[in-house]
Amino acid sequence: MSTETKEKALMGGEFLIRDVRAKDVFIPEEWNEEQVMMKQTCLDFVNQEIVPLLERIEKQEEGLMPSLLEKAGELGMLGISIPEELGGMGMDFKTSMLCTEALGEAHSFSVAYGAHTGIGTLPILYYGNEEQKAKYIPKLASGEWKACYCLTEPSSGSDANSGKTKATLSEDGKHYIINGQKMWITNAGFADVFTVFAKIDDDENLSAFILTKEMEGITLNAEEKKMGIKGSSTRQVFFNNVKVPVENLLYERGKGFKIAVNILNIGRIKLAGGVMGGSKGVITYAVTYANEREQFGRPISKYGAIRNKLAQMAIKTYVVESATYRATQNIEDEINHLVEGGMDKGAATLKGIASYAPECAMLKVFGSEVLDYVADEAVQIYGGMGYSAETRVEMSYRDSRINRIFEGTNEINRMLTVDMLLKKAMKGELDLMGPAMKVANELMGIPDFSAPSDNEFERMREVIGRFKKAVLMVAGAAAQKLAMSLAKEQEVLMNIADMAIQLYAAESVVLRVEKLAEMKGLDAIKVELEIMRSFMFEASETINKSGREALMSFGEGDELRMMMLGMKRFTKMEPFNIKESRRVVAQAIIDANKYCF
Amino acid sequence: MKILVCISKAPDTTSKIAFKDNNTAFDENGVQFIVNPYDEWYALVRAIELKEAQGGSVTTITVGGADNDPIIRKALAIGADDAIRVDMEATDAFQVASEIAAKAKEGGFDLVLCGKETINNNGAVVGGMLAELLDAPYIPLATKLDVSGTTAEITRDIAGGEEVLTAQLPVVISAAKGMAEQRIPNMRGIMAARSKALNVAAPAGTEASTEVKSYSLPPAKGDCTYIDAENPAELIKKLHEEAKVI
Repeated sequence: MSTETKEKALMGGEFLIRDVRAKDVFIPEEWNEEQVMMKQTCLDFVNQEIVPLLERIEKQEEGLMPSLLEKAGELGMLGISIPEELGGMGMDFKTSMLCTEALGEAHSFSVAYGAHTGIGTLPILYYGNEEQKAKYIPKLASGEWKACYCLTEPSSGSDANSGKTKATLSEDGKHYIINGQKMWITNAGFADVFTVFAKIDDDENLSAFILTKEMEGITLNAEEKKMGIKGSSTRQVFFNNVKVPVENLLYERGKGFKIAVNILNIGRIKLAGGVMGGSKGVITYAVTYANEREQFGRPISKYGAIRNKLAQMAIKTYVVESATYRATQNIEDEINHLVEGGMDKGAATLKGIASYAPECAMLKVFGSEVLDYVADEAVQIYGGMGYSAETRVEMSYRDSRINRIFEGTNEINRMLTVDMLLKKAMKGELDLMGPAMKVANELMGIPDFSAPSDNEFERMREVIGRFKKAVLMVAGAAAQKLAMSLAKEQEVLMNIADMAIQLYAAESVVLRVEKLAEMKGLDAIKVELEIMRSFMFEASETINKSGREALMSFGEGDELRMMMLGMKRFTKMEPFNIKESRRVVAQAIIDANKYCF
Repeated sequence: MKILVCISKAPDTTSKIAFKDNNTAFDENGVQFIVNPYDEWYALVRAIELKEAQGGSVTTITVGGADNDPIIRKALAIGADDAIRVDMEATDAFQVASEIAAKAKEGGFDLVLCGKETINNNGAVVGGMLAELLDAPYIPLATKLDVSGTTAEITRDIAGGEEVLTAQLPVVISAAKGMAEQRIPNMRGIMAARSKALNVAAPAGTEASTEVKSYSLPPAKGDCTYIDAENPAELIKKLHEEAKVI
């Protein structure tokens, strides 16, 4: 790909104030042959090794999950983005995202895989010293050792830094003695390596330690009884005077929270990749069922009520994919840019991802809520059978629910999104106030009555531009009116986050379809055009509603009325036949008998 | 031992089948291609197993255009050492067999394996033609294959039982289900495939000996009517009056 014509990519959060050209975004139609083959390996693994065993996995058959992780290790799936010298494949971040997507259809295994390769392995990979990396990473990459991540405690979930687990330096200075309790620890039941967060003495901030299962004083509670992902191991872990050699301190004293936050940034966008794969899988079995199930003499996929569901499931999933890989490429570019500047690959990866932390949080929220929507509607399409524990869709429905809770609840992630954007603005990294003021002034001006362009993408870009104004108007007014108390007005923060998410999603799908049009021509992308149109309508409605809710929550008098009018203007869409639009999308997946984009 | 495995592409089994050019050609538009499962799961994997156990090399051969390269690289990712692609659009099995035979003679292979058939055309004749052109024994539908020295021992399913036979190398064998188990290409294999040779060879120029007049799909399934088992009179009435078959 030629880089000379590529504009400087948007930095994290800049989507609010800058436009981007379609040719500068990555779209999933651009995966190369090798990446597609790697994805297929993961899909084959899921279909051949996981799906036939789902029932046994659900029952947590002794030794089964670790043996499956070992099989994944043999295929190289546990070390996709681990450097080759540490036993991995040395592939880029984007490829690891693609594999995460493929494994997103694997129910409980996805969770065990994600915990092992993500929060289990990455803290050591990115923050470990050379000895630590050499000792642990090759065995984690091969699957010989399995890993877990011990952050959450009974009294500290969302407020992770308030953990009570203590580490005390022994008198001879050779060990830390760790005492405390962790809960909701994925993979705990069979983990060999534990990354444990604890506060040293009276430190204000957490530190991180590498523990191994043979250390005396580590005990496990019984498996938690969960609503979903029942096949994954989730236990409480107790540390009772565990002697941990000082060389097992990970990174620096008091920097554990930084590790936790940065690893969670990765976890969030990875989760978006996984739930996207999950959504595709659920759509495939929903449409297969709808094509097979007959009522009143016809397959139920011939009925508009079902078609409408299938279409919306596919549209939302397509948008999640567009947005997730757009952000993934931005992160990849930033990592490469930092590496070119001389930074170590691990540090560059962390910094690259941290630069797009708002996008990671938004995608986590959006992706997990789309999967929940998709799984819920799939159950509905299955009807009574969907409520039967004999169908896979019932499992998907239960398994989906956790995604809105872990890796930071969606509420925390919504607040983080706005908080991070505003902090970037305050640090001068992101000029939100200037454009927000411009929008405020525009409200008093005369609306633009110029004729719309003949080019649909230009019209869509114009709408996206107005969506940006809508977000800036509300965020700017909220920051100005509520000032320091904004952080406490969580309802308003949720509204603003929802607007930003919809904007990012809508812009991503427009960019993808526009790029596709350039690649394939309009005739070849008729279905994708309908996906774009339908989602743009949906985004306009959500932005409008969330925006008005926010404005009504803090605005008053004439100013409120003016902003409400502005909101109407900024989210206006030309009417079109949305029923027909969705029917086109539904027909494509009904004909293909699977999610086919 | 030098093993040659014949590989061809086939539409993924979930593909929608359609024809073009007045129903004389398969419409590949939007079709996802895979390695023909009999070639991949059984012939190729068994070849790789033999190589792993006894040493030697596995070469794949494909007759077709560059659109075959992805499936060829998959075979390399699974473990073949190198690949030959004879660059021509063959339209019948004789052309394919003749082109493969020309290259097989040049390569001096001990063992030539192919799938028992491709899942799209179900011709199941390339192997036999190839053996004839190579003047080698042909053992079709093999479910088990072992090689000891220069002798191949082959098991075949026959009606109601099994047949075990031996043959001196070189020999041509078509592989059926049971000869090996599908292997998922591992990540390292996929990366290694990048640097393995995919040699594009000029065709010998064999002419096709047959021409396809037309393809057609099976007639669409009609609606199915269920008749209560307790009510044979209604069945007879429908067969008489509606289906008009009695």
